Amino acid sequence: MGKHVLLVEDEVNIIEAISFLLSREGWQVDTHSDGATAMETIRAARPDLVVLDHMLPGKSGLDILTELRADPEFQSIPVLMLTARGQARDREQAEKAGVSRFMTKPFSNIEVVTAVRDLVQLAQ
Amino acid sequence: MASVNLLIGVSLTYVTFLFAIAFFAERATARGQVTWLRSPLVYTLSLSIYCTAWTFYGAVGYAARSGMEFVTIYLGPSLVMIGWWWALRKLVRVGRAQRATSVADLISSRFGKSNLLAIVVTIMAVIGVTPYIALQLQSVTLSLAIFAEPEAGALNQTGAAFWVAFGLALFTVLFGTRNLNVNERHNGVVIAIAVEAVVKLIALLAVGVFVVWGVAGGVAPMMERIDASPIGTWEMDRSRWLALTALSAAAFLALPRMFQVMVVENEDERHLQIASWAFPLYLMLMSLFVVPIAVIGLDLMPAGSNPDLFVLTIPLAQGQVGLATLSFLGGFSSATSMVIVATLALSTMVSNHIVMPVWLSSRVEGAQVSGDVRNVVILSRRASILLIIGLGYVYYRFSGGGAALAAIGLISFVGVAQFLPAMLGGIIWRGATRWGALAGLLMGFTIWVFCSLLPSFGPGVVLSSSVFEQGLFGLGWVRPHALFGIEGIDPTVHAVAWSITLNIAAFIIVSLVTFPSPLERLQGAQFVNVFDHSGRAQGWDAARATSEDLMVMTQRILGAEEAQTLFRLEASRQGLDGGLPEPTQGFVQHLERELAASVGAATAHAMISQLVGGASVSVQDLMAVADESAQILEYSNQLEAKSHELSRTAHQLREANQKLTALSVQKDAFLSQISHELRTPMTSIRSFSEILRDTEGMGQVEKTRYASIIHGEAMRLTRLLDDLLDLSVLENGQVSLRHETGGLGDLLEKSIRTAQAGSTEPLTIRRRHVDEAVMLSTDHDRLGQVFINLITNARKYCDAETPELVISVSRDGPNLSVSFADNGTPIPDDDRRVIFEKFARVGNQDGSGAGLGLAICREIMTRLGGDVTHVREAHGNTFVVHLPSQSALAAQ
Repeated sequence: MGKHVLLVEDEVNIIEAISFLLSREGWQVDTHSDGATAMETIRAARPDLVVLDHMLPGKSGLDILTELRADPEFQSIPVLMLTARGQARDREQAEKAGVSRFMTKPFSNIEVVTAVRDLVQLAQ
Repeated sequence: MASVNLLIGVSLTYVTFLFAIAFFAERATARGQVTWLRSPLVYTLSLSIYCTAWTFYGAVGYAARSGMEFVTIYLGPSLVMIGWWWALRKLVRVGRAQRATSVADLISSRFGKSNLLAIVVTIMAVIGVTPYIALQLQSVTLSLAIFAEPEAGALNQTGAAFWVAFGLALFTVLFGTRNLNVNERHNGVVIAIAVEAVVKLIALLAVGVFVVWGVAGGVAPMMERIDASPIGTWEMDRSRWLALTALSAAAFLALPRMFQVMVVENEDERHLQIASWAFPLYLMLMSLFVVPIAVIGLDLMPAGSNPDLFVLTIPLAQGQVGLATLSFLGGFSSATSMVIVATLALSTMVSNHIVMPVWLSSRVEGAQVSGDVRNVVILSRRASILLIIGLGYVYYRFSGGGAALAAIGLISFVGVAQFLPAMLGGIIWRGATRWGALAGLLMGFTIWVFCSLLPSFGPGVVLSSSVFEQGLFGLGWVRPHALFGIEGIDPTVHAVAWSITLNIAAFIIVSLVTFPSPLERLQGAQFVNVFDHSGRAQGWDAARATSEDLMVMTQRILGAEEAQTLFRLEASRQGLDGGLPEPTQGFVQHLERELAASVGAATAHAMISQLVGGASVSVQDLMAVADESAQILEYSNQLEAKSHELSRTAHQLREANQKLTALSVQKDAFLSQISHELRTPMTSIRSFSEILRDTEGMGQVEKTRYASIIHGEAMRLTRLLDDLLDLSVLENGQVSLRHETGGLGDLLEKSIRTAQAGSTEPLTIRRRHVDEAVMLSTDHDRLGQVFINLITNARKYCDAETPELVISVSRDGPNLSVSFADNGTPIPDDDRRVIFEKFARVGNQDGSGAGLGLAICREIMTRLGGDVTHVREAHGNTFVVHLPSQSALAAQ
């Protein structure tokens, strides 16, 4: 039985690509594209893993991550963060905020799939 | 017969000879060969400037007129010299210890270094000595006239006197101020004076010998003729004898020129001991033949001939031209040596006590350059010399040049004798105060002017004859020759008695009722007890001075070389290496005296006070300090200005730094944005191309869909790169505009078509074609690009249910604007500020734009000379394109 992944991303084509990849692996993929309302969705959906874009309209991925880690319920939820900015500082900040895995766009498909699998296994 | 021209030639040769002697003497001194130049003999001979032309010519005239009374003129100085250990020795010791440069300096120094006193004494001295200088002019002129007489009275006496004055002035300037080291003793001058002393003695002796043995025929016949003459039977007037002896003694001590040779030029106090008998001997020799010459003159010369000139006229009458010439040279020597030394002494006073203080206090910048002060000193001394001799000439002209030499000399004597109470009182009485000295001096001086100087011009010249008879302002008790109604006294005795008595009385009384200042007390003790304190100036708190400061100041006054030598000598005396000695109390005092020798005691004191911060501050000190303060103030103002400048620079640097930091932040943000904008489409391209590659058995529909996503993202990338390059070109101003003329309506039409092309959800656009009938001269491609961007933005971002865009053209005078108003959600105020910035994407966007469109629009409009602005409407957004005013040509 596949696990539940929530993808928070605002680029439609990237949403489609990641959804396609993870669904094919047997994951249940929900998507959300607005940063400002992402927290409510996560709380409601209670996914096994969150794939989080760094730059989102409304609220940044980093802020969402920080909020998640501050919530005891989501303290240990695996979070895979994706960024297109590619700055070393962003990675540092994300790691400080408690990111599980940080990846720079463009990524290779196999990388994303492996990372999601590893993170969920590790969490169990 | 000797012609006047020959005589002038001889005089000039003689002067050149003296000049050479002075020159070589100074060279020798510079080489350190001073021992023989500074022998007691030279000192004694230099004292002979007491014997001026008055003594040379006038003594004989005096004897012819008044018998043996002329002896008093020699008696006074002889008594002073013989009794040297009483007053003279103390005077010399004090003068040397205090490095007094003049009588004025000595008196000022004694009475608390008062410059007021120095000024008064200086003025009195100049006025007092003026008749004396006139006397020298007169005697030289008269002696020249004697030689000219046989040539049918060819000599214009007034003119001659002028040229004599001029020559003497020139001579004195050359002699006395030739050396730049004005503070040094005048070695050369002293030697020249000594030579002149010998010349005049030889000349007078030669005439005497000729008269006794050549004319009278030996000593015995001479004695007989003397007995037979009226001179031998002259009645002695005791009061005159007493008064004149005292007067000449006083003058001998108080004459500025005597002070110069006796104290200032004194090398060794022990020379006094030898001079104490050698100088009276010289005077005795000088007076030896006075009576014989006078007697023979009265016998031989025609009645009415001037007895003052017997020394010349007897040899001439006897055909002894050579002897007469020698005699002339003797008289000439007497006159020149007196004028040189007297004017030197006076010019030192004028320069040190009047010119320098004024100059020092009037200078705000201060004397920074070392040569500065010295040049001023020399210049002021030269000017003073000309002034003093000029005054002498004026006196000569106004007194008529007719009075007997001795009478003029006595007037001077009475004048300078007024200094004596203050001088002697100062060195024997500690209770004397500056106010006492001032009162005595002014009292004596006033009486002298009224009873002696002014009457000397004769009734009706300065004082009217009624003053002589009825007294000043008709007051009977103020008559020049009968003060307080006491009549029947000899005018000279009268003047001496009243002036000196009242001088002393005022000096004592005012001293008793006033209190000396602390510095006066100190100086008084130094002066009175000079033999107890081996000559120390007042104590300085030496620890407060630094050698460097003292050095700098000393250089200002003495010059670098002299100052360094002085300091080096002291350093080696202290056993120190290098040029800077410890500023011990002794050294500072020594230094003050050295400086005093250059600029006078008061000024030197003020200068040292500045550095050492000593016991007292006079007005002079304050003036000098004010000078310095002004400098410091100016300096601190400059510093302040500099610090302002610095802080301004620092501020500018900070601003520049902030700008750079901001630029750097902008650059980072821009790179981040670029990275994001490039990586996002690349992510889709990579991901879907991997999906296409790795997925087997994918349906055709999916394949086509993924391939078109890849294509769309690739196009997005291309647009992004195009926009970036476009913006870069626009921002750098490298864009070249192609102006052409065309209709606005056509341009809008074309732009709308391009913007709407391939769009699945075209925007409803409303226009008013009538307003668009305007011809434009501008870059139509670029303006079209702006229109396309604005229309595309409206199409993409207008979130109204039925999106609409109203394009309207409005004209306000020459200003043409095109507005694009949509009916979407108004952009929030926070975002409005940034919409024209690069990568500024606001609100919900589909992500197909990179946020460069409006930035490009703004850049283009700036290049075209117009502008693009956003106007927030209640229901929608309006972008207004303002066209440059000159682009609209005319309505179509």
